[in-house]
Amino acid sequence: MTLAEGAFGRLATRRSVSERAGTAPEKEGGAPAASKSRATPGVEGLSLAFRAVGKSFGDRQVLKEIDLEIPAGQFVAIVGRSGGGKTTLMRLITGLDAPTSGEVVIDGKPTSGLQKSVRLLFQDARLLPWETVIGNVGISRETGWREDAADALADVGLSGREKDWPTVLSGGQRQRVSLARALVSRPGILLLDEPFGALDALTRAEMHQLTERIWQEHGFTTLLITHDVAEAATLADRVLVLRDGHIALDLEIDLPRPRRSYDPAVASVGARILREV
Amino acid sequence: MNIHADRKTIEKGATATVSRPSGTAPSSTAKRRGPTFGWRLGAALAPWALPLLLLAIWEAGCRAGFIPARVLPAPSDVAIAFWATAKTGALFHHAAISTERALAGLLVGGSIGFFLGVLNGLSKSAETLLDSLLQMIRNVPHLAIIPLVILWFGIGEEAKLFLVAIGVFFPIYLNTFHGIRTVDKGLIEMARVYGLSQFALFRRVILPGALPSVLVGLRYALGIMWLTLIVAETIASSEGIGYMTMNAREFLQTDVVLLGIIIYAVLGKLADSLTRALEQRALAWHPSYQKVIA
Ligand SMILES: Nc1ncnc2c1ncn2[C@@H]1O[C@H](COP(=O)(O)OP(=O)(O)OP(=O)(O)O)[C@@H](O)[C@H]1O
Ligand SMILES: [Mg+2]
Repeated sequence: MTLAEGAFGRLATRRSVSERAGTAPEKEGGAPAASKSRATPGVEGLSLAFRAVGKSFGDRQVLKEIDLEIPAGQFVAIVGRSGGGKTTLMRLITGLDAPTSGEVVIDGKPTSGLQKSVRLLFQDARLLPWETVIGNVGISRETGWREDAADALADVGLSGREKDWPTVLSGGQRQRVSLARALVSRPGILLLDEPFGALDALTRAEMHQLTERIWQEHGFTTLLITHDVAEAATLADRVLVLRDGHIALDLEIDLPRPRRSYDPAVASVGARILREV
Repeated sequence: MNIHADRKTIEKGATATVSRPSGTAPSSTAKRRGPTFGWRLGAALAPWALPLLLLAIWEAGCRAGFIPARVLPAPSDVAIAFWATAKTGALFHHAAISTERALAGLLVGGSIGFFLGVLNGLSKSAETLLDSLLQMIRNVPHLAIIPLVILWFGIGEEAKLFLVAIGVFFPIYLNTFHGIRTVDKGLIEMARVYGLSQFALFRRVILPGALPSVLVGLRYALGIMWLTLIVAETIASSEGIGYMTMNAREFLQTDVVLLGIIIYAVLGKLADSLTRALEQRALAWHPSYQKVIA
């Protein structure tokens, strides 16, 4: 809970103070309606679409003819077996790999090459061990990076750790640094490739709360890979099950937030996802 | 990963004897009542007890006539030789010449080695072109080409510079190459995602990633540097510590010969300490260099 009360929307504040003034009060209740009209102007999530996307490595076809529309600002959880092509899907969105067939469309425009508006949190944090925490967060070194990086660190609850080496941080703190690094560039789409998978259950739950809070503040489109169906059901607007290279289940979750994993409604959604995996 | 493992063992091997005097003794007693000054002094001096004892036996042996001065002069004679050569300035002149040669060779050979290591580490095509040739040359012990070098350059400065440069080239080349090749691919990918330019990628990701390995190469190179220089100076020279000792040999001044050997040892140790300090600074981020706060 302490995380959820953190430095509220520092980045968003910097972005457009005047616009925010009128809408600020809405944020308090964590209103369920927020998913439709997210109250953080100045930051738009970007819409994302897959048009008959296929991806093969040699003979092995990992993704088959995937068609998918994700509206701007949606929180999507992707569940699937190991080796099911989840990471591959995210690498296609980032532009780290190109699809074998079909196209990935971001904000209405077909993509090619690395996408600046997309940020990916890797399964491992991938921090530069020879740079301090703040140096890692401000990796792009764009003008004013120090302030932006410090704000982002405050946003993820890591103020005061700016000068530390990444090697002295805990696993959860490292992923928070990596989240802060992604936030600095104000992504339109944030991809989370099971970045909290290696953490203990308590820390993972904490990190998911943090992610949910930041998503609500910033309004970017979010794709979260997780192997925990309960977590998917608690966090996401929509759950996709990836199986044998295609989407086996596409389920909207229309439950009010904040959700609790032990709510019967949430639990029954979780059970339903589990049947499809 | 490999480099780090290597590095740790090297570190351990080297520090075990060196850092003990200042490190362990005070900290083990800090929790108890403050140790007395005398106790602490004793602890600091303890590692020197045995060497000093040996020195005393040696001195006594020489004085008593068990050890002929021609074979091994007394430590006090070496000290006197030191004083005499230092007073005329000859010692520092020769030491400076030797150091200059060593550093010039290191600079030339080291920079070429570093450059080629970076080039071959970054570019597969450069590697296919150059690496097999370099590996072939590497298998020739560089001291074996001394006769050839003398034929080429005579016995002037170039010959020594060339030998030292060849000697330091390979450890620096190999370790730079290896260091660059083993930089975490995930980090490089991450840096590309975050839009780092080619140059920034090299300077901020690849180079720091390779640095631990490069510095291991440097330390190896320093050892080879002195070794090569000693051999080269002993064979043909009119200045330098090697010349000083060979000259003294002709006049049967064993004390000066011994002094020369000691000077080499001191210079070698000094160079090693300098690199260690450099490592300490440059690799402050590295877990094995971080001071343990206990
Ligand atoms: N670069 C590559 N070359 C060849 N095959 C690859 C490559 N990348 C992924 N694959 C294959 O594609 C399949 C899907 O891999 P992917 O990493 O997308 O799975 P995943 O769903 O993320 O699994 P996990 O949950 O274990 O992370 C695997 O069979 C993998 O071996
Ligand atoms: Mg994966």
